[in-house]
Amino acid sequence: MQRIGVFVCHCGSNIAATVDVSKVAEMALMEPGVVHAEDYQYMCSEAGQAKIAAAIQEKNLTGMVVCSCSPRMHEATFRKAAERAGLNPYMVEIANIREHCSWIHKDVEEATKKAVILMRAAIAKVNLNAPLQPGESRVTKRALVIGGGIAGIQTAIDIADAGYEVDIVEKTPSIGGRMSQLDKTFPTLDCSACILTPKMVEASAHEKINIYTYSEVEKVSGFVGDFTVDIRKKARSVDMDKCTGCGVCQEKCPSKKAPSEFNRGLNTRSAIYTPFAQAIPNVPVIDREACIKFKTGKCGLCAKVCQAGAVDYEQKDEIVTEKYGAIVVATGFDTIKLDQYDEYAYSQSKDVITSLELERVMNAAGPTHGHLERLSDGKAPKEIVFIQCVGSRCSDDRGKPYCSKICCMYTAKHAMLIRDKYPDVNVTVFYIDVRTPGKNFDEFYRRAVEQYGVNYIKGQVGKVIPQPNGKLLVQGSDLLDNKQILKEADMVVLATAIEPNPDVRKIATMLTASIDTNNFLTEAHAKLRPVESPTAGIFLSGVCQGPKDIPETVAQAGAAAVKAIGLLAKDKLLTNPCTAQSDILLCNGCSTCENVCPYGAITYEDKEVNDHGIRETRRIAVVNSALCQGCGACTVACPSGAMDLQGFSNRQIIAEVDAICR
Amino acid sequence: MSLEKKEFKPKIVAFCCNWCSYAGADLAGSSRLTYPADVKIIRVPCSCRVNPMFILRAFEKGADGVIMCGCHPGDCHYSTGNFYARRRMTLLFSMLDYIGVENGRTRVEWVSAAEGVKFSETMNSFVEKIYSLGENVRLGDLRCKS
Amino acid sequence: MSSEKKQAELIKEISGVNPLKCMKCGKCSASCPSYNEMDIKPHQFVSYVINEDIESLVNSKSLWKCLSCFACVERCPRDVKPGKLIDAARQIVVRQKGQNYLLADEIPELLDPELPQQLLVSAFRRYRR
Repeated sequence: MQRIGVFVCHCGSNIAATVDVSKVAEMALMEPGVVHAEDYQYMCSEAGQAKIAAAIQEKNLTGMVVCSCSPRMHEATFRKAAERAGLNPYMVEIANIREHCSWIHKDVEEATKKAVILMRAAIAKVNLNAPLQPGESRVTKRALVIGGGIAGIQTAIDIADAGYEVDIVEKTPSIGGRMSQLDKTFPTLDCSACILTPKMVEASAHEKINIYTYSEVEKVSGFVGDFTVDIRKKARSVDMDKCTGCGVCQEKCPSKKAPSEFNRGLNTRSAIYTPFAQAIPNVPVIDREACIKFKTGKCGLCAKVCQAGAVDYEQKDEIVTEKYGAIVVATGFDTIKLDQYDEYAYSQSKDVITSLELERVMNAAGPTHGHLERLSDGKAPKEIVFIQCVGSRCSDDRGKPYCSKICCMYTAKHAMLIRDKYPDVNVTVFYIDVRTPGKNFDEFYRRAVEQYGVNYIKGQVGKVIPQPNGKLLVQGSDLLDNKQILKEADMVVLATAIEPNPDVRKIATMLTASIDTNNFLTEAHAKLRPVESPTAGIFLSGVCQGPKDIPETVAQAGAAAVKAIGLLAKDKLLTNPCTAQSDILLCNGCSTCENVCPYGAITYEDKEVNDHGIRETRRIAVVNSALCQGCGACTVACPSGAMDLQGFSNRQIIAEVDAICR
Repeated sequence: MSLEKKEFKPKIVAFCCNWCSYAGADLAGSSRLTYPADVKIIRVPCSCRVNPMFILRAFEKGADGVIMCGCHPGDCHYSTGNFYARRRMTLLFSMLDYIGVENGRTRVEWVSAAEGVKFSETMNSFVEKIYSLGENVRLGDLRCKS
Repeated sequence: MSSEKKQAELIKEISGVNPLKCMKCGKCSASCPSYNEMDIKPHQFVSYVINEDIESLVNSKSLWKCLSCFACVERCPRDVKPGKLIDAARQIVVRQKGQNYLLADEIPELLDPELPQQLLVSAFRRYRR
């Protein structure tokens, strides 16, 4: 028989306001095995933990139940407290009477009743608990960063500077990401490339950093400290070692009609290409869908002009398998598709562009060489209208329910830059709210209005109508003047909502990292663990976790790096002892469990069994506790009931069910 | 024992996987999204840990409804656990329906850690359904009834 | 419950709209083709219902100037649908009169060649029961 102590927490008034805590403690004493029960204001406080330790020692407890907040919050705290007082930490169970009871029920009697039932279930479980000992697993001292934008680059540099090997996997032919497409950055108007390229060079020159561009993560297996990852290096058709980056092949390539991804499809590029001048590595790739050689077999001009002999049409995809201790996801974002927003005439007029496209138009390396001109006829615009919140803050299924966070600031930036360079151009911004929380952000926005005379109108645009004369009629509302506005514009710029990179869903599935309804990766705790995924060993960097501007992304990238370094610095990790085990007397070696195990943790051995005096050798399932993650799939699949999960055994869960239905 | 009919207070057991649905329930709690107190949650590591035996046991002991929540298909913390759970429960529920435990009394729902609202809405609608179905009379161990 | 409050509740019920979802972006007013004819503008419908000032709404010119083209319903990013709100206010008036506002027989007399086709269609859609 266990000797169980029950500790009921008031959590200030969080629990005590709706649950009669002293009644719960009183009821606990009537349960089998309970020898001690008390309630206290804050069980997680030092004083509360001291009470627990005292009770464990004085009453010689063999198990304990804490009725408090979610086990996801403080299970570790109470387990450590128990361990310090000499009790096996796995003899502690939590009854969640805060998140699952006091916070969602208003009636005191009803909530108290439920709290008692939840406590009974926990007591019933503890009665069947057994002490468990965690095992150990080793840590591979190497990190993987998925995504080579500013977030991935910063994370990789920070981890590498701490002395660990880092691999960056980037899908496109060059690192640099979205930031490389930007012209200037707010709120200081630095040139984006000028501050990014040194980082790119630093990453590529770092002896601890290895960059796989034009590559994708194909398969991930393993667990924290010991991930095994297959990386697909897509065929570049150019030998990385031989290529000198002279660029002659790109000049001579006769197929120049492929839309340039880097310039958002506003102009074209050759079939053999580097996405932009500062690309790292400065080695082109052949776009096999656009290449004449690959389509018809005739051409091969690039191979002929390449003096280094680097062009290799026979190159094939290559799979590299590596082991990693930690994985950082930095997959970034894209702007949403605008096919659902026909009212803004994006698909009807070339002069309606997204803000990211405007970045390219304003950039000296862009399709217009940095001249502000209409993409339809190349004329200089005189009247530009910016529309905010296109697809952001939409509760319908056309857009995204969240605020994209960066649009207010980059629109102010665009407006300011245009007014600065072309003072005769009128700039109008239709806004719903201007959101500028951030250091020097509001000052920046005010400068756009006060110093540069940008016309901000509170109201949204209902429709953009392309006119026969090539102009765009913008029909919007001015809520402060209470009037409808009709404005002829030469260009319309849409502050398009951002969304996580569509590939992130695939990657999250491979990593078993959880993802929210908007495809942003979920953090382990919204406030206290913002850069860690709930899946151990996976860290989040940049916009894959939520909308962010560059300074925030860099800050989070550093934070993710520190968390990864903290993991890599350990030599060994304690493993979860809640693993499956098979009963040698019941197991008949049927192999059913092996088939459902996602970790390959189950093998079979011939073992000597003494079954009621009969000695014989049987084939028996053996669980490798270092590989077993404790999901319990095998326990249900087992036809003879030999498999059981320690810490969540059949008897324990049934005891809980019984206690709840009592 | 009085002959007056007692007010029906259903017993509802919810199995929630530790990684998504239990966290979703926590989020419902911290967002103060209410649902009836009739629902009691049992934490399991994964929806695939839920043995059909547990559900039968719950009905035997007088539960009026059992709901199982796991990660969305494809998002399982253990990669494939919820696929097994889905198959097992499909079979179990059709069998239960056959022996008279209506389909409305059993449910599988996918709730992620970020879906506090969905958790609360799911529980509200499930409890409402159980109220409309009334007390479960099948499978119960008569010795459990007072 | 005051009669104003009751009417506000009725409007919400008929329209199936939760006006509190409005984020005051003004896209409805920006989309409205008969904006200039209205005294109370589409984005104001929402705040009139929130403030339970149904009296003004029912006596406004806008009540009969709305074409029910539902451009505002279509484009509202928050699913607030001001067009449905004004439509519900119109329903209240019709119900108070105890009969359909328009009878099919009366229509030829009322017919004005200037009248937009859409208005006729929407009038039929709504009042021919």
